[in-house]
Amino acid sequence: MINFIKENLPNVYQLGLFGDQGWLTAIGQTLYMTFWGAIFGGFLGLVTGLILVITDTNGIKENKVVNFILDKIVSVFRALPFIILLVLVTPLTRSIFHVGIGVNAALVPLSLSVWPFYARQVQVALTETGNGKIEAALASGATFWDLIGLYLKESRSELIRVSTVSLISLVGLTAMAGAIGAGGIGTTAIVMGYQRYYNDVTLLATAIVLLIVLIIQFSGDKLAKHYNHK
Amino acid sequence: MSEAVVKLENINITFKQKKQIINAVKNVSLEILDGDIYGIVGYSGAGKSTLVRTINLLQEPTSGKVSIDGLTIFDDAKKINTSQLRQQRQNIGMIFQHFNLFEEYTVEQNVAFALRHTKNEKQKLLKPSEISNRVSELLDLVGLSDRATNYPSQLSGGQKQRVAIARALANNPKVLISDEATSALDPKTTQQILQLLQDLNKKLGVTIVLITHEMDVVKEIANKVAVMQDGEIIERGTTLEIFANPHEDLTKEFINVATGVDDAIEKIKHQNAVQNLKSNQKLVELAYKGDSTDEPVLNQIYDKYNVVANILFGNIEILNNTPIGSLIVILSGTKNNLKNAEKELEQNGVVVNVIKEGKVSD
Repeated sequence: MINFIKENLPNVYQLGLFGDQGWLTAIGQTLYMTFWGAIFGGFLGLVTGLILVITDTNGIKENKVVNFILDKIVSVFRALPFIILLVLVTPLTRSIFHVGIGVNAALVPLSLSVWPFYARQVQVALTETGNGKIEAALASGATFWDLIGLYLKESRSELIRVSTVSLISLVGLTAMAGAIGAGGIGTTAIVMGYQRYYNDVTLLATAIVLLIVLIIQFSGDKLAKHYNHK
Repeated sequence: MSEAVVKLENINITFKQKKQIINAVKNVSLEILDGDIYGIVGYSGAGKSTLVRTINLLQEPTSGKVSIDGLTIFDDAKKINTSQLRQQRQNIGMIFQHFNLFEEYTVEQNVAFALRHTKNEKQKLLKPSEISNRVSELLDLVGLSDRATNYPSQLSGGQKQRVAIARALANNPKVLISDEATSALDPKTTQQILQLLQDLNKKLGVTIVLITHEMDVVKEIANKVAVMQDGEIIERGTTLEIFANPHEDLTKEFINVATGVDDAIEKIKHQNAVQNLKSNQKLVELAYKGDSTDEPVLNQIYDKYNVVANILFGNIEILNNTPIGSLIVILSGTKNNLKNAEKELEQNGVVVNVIKEGKVSD
């Protein structure tokens, strides 16, 4: 096996598993960025999506001003291409991490990019709960937090589905962040594979990203199905 | 004398849609007494749902006063505070046309949802064991004990509505609002659900407000009925009064659909005997109730005036043990005798509606 790699994929072998440019290091960085990006961006997105739904017309806390402003912010951030956002938020990133680049620094644009994307999808998922159920809950004397719980539980399966989509798109974004040196599989593919014409490295990088995406998709589908009783 | 459990006074509800103002409910007052099954009938858009939603303030009136069981919960834009309102809502159950069950909750979780803020005799929140006892009690009441751990998607329409009823009754409400609760069900299931509502009314004494577009439903279980049109109640009374002696055209229309008379008239109009009605003949509808069904009035008009009645259609409904009948007949006789026969019928409490008179050809 090792010999096969040595002979046929010399550059892949040369990078090794550990060390600055090792494969496992790169995979670890990609997962690190995906995970924390999902936590921060996901939390922001979930809250934003919830607020968008409850402040909407006939929502449980109708508020046209908040809804309008939040809706526009989400739309604007949704419209920004990631690569531009990356550059745009560099000053903010520097003020937080004192560096403009690296796995931690990349979390700022990653979270900011996933947030509106996820918020919109959460909004759609929650809206499917429908006014009827909310009305029935209200009629039985439910509190505000009961209703929030109801929203989340009723759309649980749909939320898992949209989280899967967002997570996959986040993996894609980490690769793009890698293009400007954030680290991870993206950096490996660009710096080693593309710039040094190490085609075997590009191929393996592709295969790894594909595998990560497939695992996320598979687990997401399984979970969503498990929690769906509709 | 029983008390008014629901008292709506001068309720107005207006919606602003773009530049249009829609008066959905216009100055409606309504009193529903303890133990009533009160039917509110009207076509969609008549405002019945909007009106009834003011009872638990799912819809706030633009103006007017809402009192439940003696407590004013809304008076000209002043309403009780949120936590009081929540408590009041426990006192008012509601079921819906599309059941509105929580699909990711099991049957027992659906019912338990309504018990989250319920207090026991010691004014403490129910313990999990108390909740589960109450839930099985309620599921027993609606006959679904064996379905406790099922999800709504595993149930039939009728079963779903039973779960919704159990959820609505969880806090022993004084009032149960049924918003077209049987409209999505097939006729047989409708009967079963109506039967259940009637039983619950008798067993628990819960007052029921029944919104429907079918007089059939009202006929089945309601003791009182109000007919709504364009945001107003155009006619109201006991079910018996309304069925026996409807005044408004819309009421008559609803009743005729429910009793099948409308259908019958349409078919009868195509019959030869009716198409070629002779000059000494009249096609009439005879409506009667109670005692007049016991008298052989058609015999009387033959004996006295020699007027022959040819019965084309007959229907008898028994409401609160009182028969209410409707006959469609062709009366034949001389002009004078026909007039006298009609008078005789009316003296016997029969309402005579002339549908068609024979053409005077000669």
